[in-house]
Amino acid sequence: MDSAENPDRQNLLSMRNISKAFAGIPALSAASLDVGQAEVHALIGQNGAGKSTLIKILTGYIGRDTGEIIFDGASFEARSPQDAQAKGISTIYQEINLVPYRSITENICLGRESRRFGLLDWNTMHEEARQLMARFNIDIDVRKPLLAFNTATQQMVAIARAIGFKAKLVIMDEPTSSLDEREVAVLFEVIRQLKQSGISVIFVSHKLDELYEVCDRVTIMRDGRTVKTSDMKSITKIELVASMLGRDISQVSKHATAFGGRKGKIGEVLLEANGLNAGHKVQNVSLSVRRGEIVGLAGLLGAGRTETARLIFGADRMHKGSLKLDEKPFIPAEPIDAINKGIGFSSEDRKLEGIIPEMSVAENMTLALMPQLSKLGIVEEDQQRAIVEKFIARLGVKCSGPGQRIRELSGGNQQKVLLARWLAMNPKLLVLDEPTRGIDVGAKAEIQTIIKELADQGLAVLMISSELEEVIEGSDRVFVLREGHNVAEFSGKQITEAAVMAAMAHGSDTEKRA
Amino acid sequence: MTETISPKMTEASRFDLVALLTRHATLVALFALIAFNVFFTNHFLSTQTLNVNLTQVATIVIVGVGMTLVIATGGIDLSVGSMMAISGAIAPLIFLGTAVKISEIHLAVAAGMITAVLVAGAFGWFNGWLITRFRIQPIIATLVLFIAGRGIAQVSTNGNLQPFKLAQFQWIGLGRWFGVPVQVVIMVALVAIAAWVLRRSLFGRQILAIGGNERAARLAGIPVASVKRWVYCISGLCSGIAGLVVIAINSSSDANLVGLGMELDAIAAVAVGGTLLSGGRATVTGTLIGALIIQLVRYTLLANGVNDDVAKLVKAALIVLAVWLQRQGRS
Repeated sequence: MDSAENPDRQNLLSMRNISKAFAGIPALSAASLDVGQAEVHALIGQNGAGKSTLIKILTGYIGRDTGEIIFDGASFEARSPQDAQAKGISTIYQEINLVPYRSITENICLGRESRRFGLLDWNTMHEEARQLMARFNIDIDVRKPLLAFNTATQQMVAIARAIGFKAKLVIMDEPTSSLDEREVAVLFEVIRQLKQSGISVIFVSHKLDELYEVCDRVTIMRDGRTVKTSDMKSITKIELVASMLGRDISQVSKHATAFGGRKGKIGEVLLEANGLNAGHKVQNVSLSVRRGEIVGLAGLLGAGRTETARLIFGADRMHKGSLKLDEKPFIPAEPIDAINKGIGFSSEDRKLEGIIPEMSVAENMTLALMPQLSKLGIVEEDQQRAIVEKFIARLGVKCSGPGQRIRELSGGNQQKVLLARWLAMNPKLLVLDEPTRGIDVGAKAEIQTIIKELADQGLAVLMISSELEEVIEGSDRVFVLREGHNVAEFSGKQITEAAVMAAMAHGSDTEKRA
Repeated sequence: MTETISPKMTEASRFDLVALLTRHATLVALFALIAFNVFFTNHFLSTQTLNVNLTQVATIVIVGVGMTLVIATGGIDLSVGSMMAISGAIAPLIFLGTAVKISEIHLAVAAGMITAVLVAGAFGWFNGWLITRFRIQPIIATLVLFIAGRGIAQVSTNGNLQPFKLAQFQWIGLGRWFGVPVQVVIMVALVAIAAWVLRRSLFGRQILAIGGNERAARLAGIPVASVKRWVYCISGLCSGIAGLVVIAINSSSDANLVGLGMELDAIAAVAVGGTLLSGGRATVTGTLIGALIIQLVRYTLLANGVNDDVAKLVKAALIVLAVWLQRQGRS
């Protein structure tokens, strides 16, 4: 670890060699994190990099397997988030965890109420709450319920609550994700104030620009490890992205995936999306996919990739924009509309949106095909068995038989069953959101090979992946999204790690720099 | 955090006797109860005892069939008792000629029965509509009719008790086909059809998929809203039939009493029968067995001189035991 240690800065928090495994699968492997006194420290990493696990261990939400934590000069062990708060570590979550129906005062003072003669001393508490909010230049009626105020104010209340608890360290988990620009500016002012009064902040965010504005140092996590700590001033955005993705800019490895060696011919345009909009997550995204083409959708977490894919499949409501399938207008209101047009979609979250755990491999595999597999509402079991056996053999699903419950299978085999769910209906377009996430290396290569072969046979594929090599090596074309916008399109030889990463990090100003 | 047991350990324990017994706990319990009664209850092995128990359990099972399907989707239906009351109020209004005059008595009875069941089904569909259209939790949405349903039944009869003595109608509660009470035949038929639907039909698969993982089901193109509406409609239809059976047995329709507490009996039967209360796994035959167990326990206690209130405690204990066994089975 090449940490930029600052000798005159004393550490407030020092987490050393923290490891944690869930069900034998490591979530953290010897992760370390140092936060100085009065320092704003950024913690970044992709989904599943281990940020939230690390924070949950620090705040006593879960226990750790190994490692030690030194906080404020002494060994630290929080038994619960409440315990951590009492010991000086407060967390402000993405979804604000306050009591919406209670007053600002109650929210700020909850758990340490002032009492007089055994009764609550409201005057003192209201006054304290008012003073705390005044520190952020917010003058509001602290007697009003929390839900009467907007998200930004609620966040300030959460911060005021932390200060009220005499926090020495405040953890902010994606605090800006639901704020507008002006509110972000106010929040940053507050963070600077906290810093001046000697409070340290751990700042978790996916918006790289913000880090430069407000953070002193950054720690980057990947695959459960803390791979790099650096002063914010001495690291470029590209370097941040490269570390998050596990790339060394100077050396580019060839063929880390099972893609490559594409044989098929790319046909005419199958899907065309123009100016898709959905809230602030997707803003004016346009893309196209041709027959026999694998199109990669790249971007950092929160860039709007999944949201875009869901719009195409009719899983979420589109506010603006148009879709064309085979040159004909196509408006999917529900997933079934997309399915009927020959589109399949595999979600990034296998457990939450993919498998039906209580059902068998066969039932899971034929779920989308069921209407075609039944006559007069009765399932044709023989036909079903034939299809299931064919795909178990073709994709190499390892299971004890079609009747085995899918929840008993490994992640990779579950993913193959879900792929088969769509392949069985012989689709024209397959939208794959993180098709190889959370599965072992062998299964990963197998699934990549399957995707490649399908495209060779003429299937159009729109693939989202957070693994850069998958996008680079697997795609015939790549669209890069950044904060809800299309920022770049690359094809053929243009698809290089450097180019894609630059677009992910800087957005549309890449061309100017290059 | 919970420790995970290695797959091998769970594999091994599957084969021991205890696991086998817990898996078929409901059947084992049923046979144990029967065996106990054979030895300790006088005149237990007689067709009369059998018929008494079966007729008493039939309405619970008929309602339980619909409830099983509802629970299989991850929902619940609290309004079944009220829908029974509605059906029980409407049928006599027609065949007694209070609401409409139909001179031919068989036609009047047929019209009364069909209308009553269809109205109950329509109310069930309304439950499903509330749940799917406004995304109201099933327990709240069906609470609406649980409260209002009995009022609707009262209003439609002006609060009058409707007594009758009408063989052309009362066969459904008092008649026999080949020596078997008619409602028992209906019960067995409904259980058989529903069990088959759950196992073999597209609709059954869709129900279980929705209960197992609603989001995944939707992304796989299953028409979640329409399936749910149908399921609640079926629960209404079943309740409607059960309402007819109850008033036929009573020779009168009292909107205050028909189906009172039925929602709890039906849910208890489903739970004891081994259907997963969170949805996704359901057994209609299990519901039949569950209802039989609850009935037999009550019968055993009563036949051996135990107070009915104590019997209720035992019933409650059974439900706790059933839910506990489900937990064991899952972890």
